[in-house]
Amino acid sequence: MESILRHLRVSGFSIRLLILMAFTSFSHGEWGLNMTESATAIGREIHGLHMTIFYICVAIAVVVFGIMLYSIIRHRKSLGAEAKPFHESTVVEIIWTTIPLVILVAMAIPATKTLVAMYDTETSDIDIKVTGYQWKWRYEYLNTDVDFFSTLTTTQDQMQGLEPKSENYLLEVDKHLIIPINKKIRFLFTAQDVIHSWWVPELAVKKDAIPGFINESWAKVEVPGIYRGQCAELCGQGHGYMPIVVEAVSEEDYQAWLITQQKAQKSANQVSKLSFDELMAQGKTGYDKNCAACHQVTGMGIPPVFPALKGSAIALGDIQQHIDIVVNGKAGSAMSAFGEQLTPTELAAIITYERNAWGNDKGDSIQPAEIVSFKQAQGQ
Amino acid sequence: MTTMTSEHSSAPATGIRRWLYTTNHKDIGSMYLIFSLVMLLIGGSMALLIRSELFQPGLQLMQPEFFNQMTTLHGIIMVFGAIMPAFVGMANWLIPMMVGAPDMALPRINNWSFWLLPFAFGMVLSTLFMEGGAPNFGWTFYAPLSTTYAPPSVTFFIFSVHIMGISSVMGAVNVIATIMNMRAPGMNYMKMPMFVWTWLITAFLLLAVMPVLAGVVTMMLMDIHFATSFFDAAGGGDPVMFQHIFWFFGHPEVYIMILPAFGIVSHIIPTFARKPLFGYHSMVIATSSIAFLSFIVWAHHMFTVGMPLVGELFFMYSTMLIAVPTGVKVFNWVATMFRGSMTFETPMLFSIAFVVLFTIGGLSGLMLAIAPADFQYHDTYFVVAHFHYVLVPGALFSIIAGVYFWIPKWTGVMYNESMGKFHFWLSFIGVNLTFFPMHFIGLAGMPRRIPDYALQFADFNMVASIGAFLFGLSQLIFVYNIIQCIRQRGCPASPQVWEGAEGLEWTVDSPAPYHTFQTPPNLDNLRSPTGHN
Repeated sequence: MESILRHLRVSGFSIRLLILMAFTSFSHGEWGLNMTESATAIGREIHGLHMTIFYICVAIAVVVFGIMLYSIIRHRKSLGAEAKPFHESTVVEIIWTTIPLVILVAMAIPATKTLVAMYDTETSDIDIKVTGYQWKWRYEYLNTDVDFFSTLTTTQDQMQGLEPKSENYLLEVDKHLIIPINKKIRFLFTAQDVIHSWWVPELAVKKDAIPGFINESWAKVEVPGIYRGQCAELCGQGHGYMPIVVEAVSEEDYQAWLITQQKAQKSANQVSKLSFDELMAQGKTGYDKNCAACHQVTGMGIPPVFPALKGSAIALGDIQQHIDIVVNGKAGSAMSAFGEQLTPTELAAIITYERNAWGNDKGDSIQPAEIVSFKQAQGQ
Repeated sequence: MTTMTSEHSSAPATGIRRWLYTTNHKDIGSMYLIFSLVMLLIGGSMALLIRSELFQPGLQLMQPEFFNQMTTLHGIIMVFGAIMPAFVGMANWLIPMMVGAPDMALPRINNWSFWLLPFAFGMVLSTLFMEGGAPNFGWTFYAPLSTTYAPPSVTFFIFSVHIMGISSVMGAVNVIATIMNMRAPGMNYMKMPMFVWTWLITAFLLLAVMPVLAGVVTMMLMDIHFATSFFDAAGGGDPVMFQHIFWFFGHPEVYIMILPAFGIVSHIIPTFARKPLFGYHSMVIATSSIAFLSFIVWAHHMFTVGMPLVGELFFMYSTMLIAVPTGVKVFNWVATMFRGSMTFETPMLFSIAFVVLFTIGGLSGLMLAIAPADFQYHDTYFVVAHFHYVLVPGALFSIIAGVYFWIPKWTGVMYNESMGKFHFWLSFIGVNLTFFPMHFIGLAGMPRRIPDYALQFADFNMVASIGAFLFGLSQLIFVYNIIQCIRQRGCPASPQVWEGAEGLEWTVDSPAPYHTFQTPPNLDNLRSPTGHN
């Protein structure tokens, strides 16, 4: 008896949770219970579909579990219930086959409409090519010179619990993807190495970035603001560390940003001579951001997958070989080619740092110009 | 039959030889079940490691690389090592007894298909100690992460999958041969118990898709070692083709893990409702429809890979259709309970929880079928919540229910009922505490397979981790209860065991003699599953 009562309470528990979920959905997800509200019209349609199908599911659950609960309460042997041995009814079977079918057709119609709209990538205002790398994103604004990488800025110390976690822990990057509001932005997705998936919940865009293929999707953001997302397809050990930050701004701000960005892009490729101390300082910043996830801040790596740089044959060996592996990566390993991801100045600083940090003390330094000539010799 | 041979065949050999050389379906069934329990505990420990790391934001226990190895091995071990062998173990024990056969049709193959498994999983686990670590690309092992970018241990992983596949195919052949050829006279197809029916259909699914899995891992092997480019665009291949082939196996695989569960529950609910199963014929039709549909829905796992619009629509519609036969099954179970005379022993509690929680998993599956919405759900914790609802309180609960239901028949001893109920309530609360909040964090935007997460997901992750430990540790009660039965500690069980139990397996002694139905049983007095005599 007691166990039955407890049973009732707990069976009711999941139903109540479902209903609770339904009610709290009105509270704009501040409890983090429901799908994110969207900044695009398509996103709102999807949200509407989600809520509709959710309510249908709740209704089905209430009816089915309700009848079941009623039987569990009323049709118990301990209450003297006698079993009625009915066990077949074609009419009933036809009814409960037909009703779900009707509900499904009713649901399929709006879903099809939304899907058709999502697939309409024609007549875009701006085209942006998005390339997934292990483990960062590259954004190329087609028909402009703007082309940059966007990398996580959360520090290793925050991850390891050595310093407090920032507000946007793991969802912050060095360079935002800037887009204007009320323009149809077409995204072209591809990847350099493995499959990634570009997802920003508030834009309602999720599409796989597949090496060797181009996928399309689009968004027209109506509300200015910063929208954060993450890679959604397992892409190796850094999968949790390649967030996406989209900043939607006014058309004027976007144009102004585009111009400064183009200028900055040009000057980044110009090289000047740096002192050893400048190289080491910039090198540490660059190393911690780009290399430490695998080779670790301490340079100890995680052997055997990620070799130590402290005392390594490459870091203490021939400079050209060292430049080569950083610029071109190592085929068949997680070491990616940083040649096009980083500026010559950043590369020179990082290589200098690797040759002199952690007691490597090689004493030599590499100037940005050497990187430029190395790449030129390779025909890059 | 001479006295000599009958002595040989009636008593089991002693010592290790009994288990190594046995061709007895009951011994092999027991070995499968024990193997599955061990794998459940190993895979479960890995789940607890994962949940410990996710208890709060930040990296506390392990590096992301090891985290990925844990998620991969947890998935592989639970799917291929825990759930599937448990069902094969039950098939071995029960199908011959349910159809009135003396043993499985192919006893030596039966022995071999079991003994392949310890080697396959020994090899999988040994990769943890290899240079470069264990497979780290998820249980779905998408190329090229699992080919060009995989650790060297992937080759051992591929070989293990081949061995598991061979084992499964042989098991399936055996089940089909037994059911088709060894039914007692008078037991036609429409008189077969539901567990036998669901397993027959499952076996055909296995036969159809395990070779596909073997094919796809072989293609990986070629890409890795023989310079082919099946999944490498640079050589004319296509990484998405991997996913199509994988899910052509993978979706029927999902039903391989749930159809026998439907069978088990279809035995337990009528027993404790003291009523025949409602809609036996529609159950058979629904199961067959689900099996058919499982072959034409695979790409709903791939709505975001960039399929053409018509492809998306086709797979959305076909997937939504699955709700119809699945709904029929749930309605039938509820109708079976309706106007019954119910009692709530442990197997019934687990079965009722199965119906409720599997239905919740099915409903979230219906949500996932809506392709536009799936763009938001895909690869988030919403999906993790969905498939754990159908696999843990779904498949696993049905297995637990089945073990409590039939263990008196297997060991001759009643399990401890109050411990069983205690086990149920802790499991029920634990499983919901673990997986229900995952719906919320998924909808709020947390991707799956990440070792660390943004701060807004922290609260529900903590709840899920606490639930996981509650659920995981309460399984020790189950283990204890099983061990007590095996050690013959408890009340002896009658042949009938349960007041409302129907079927041939309840006509033999408890424990079931080493050899049963050496002469075919007479079915005249047996009520058929359709409720008619």
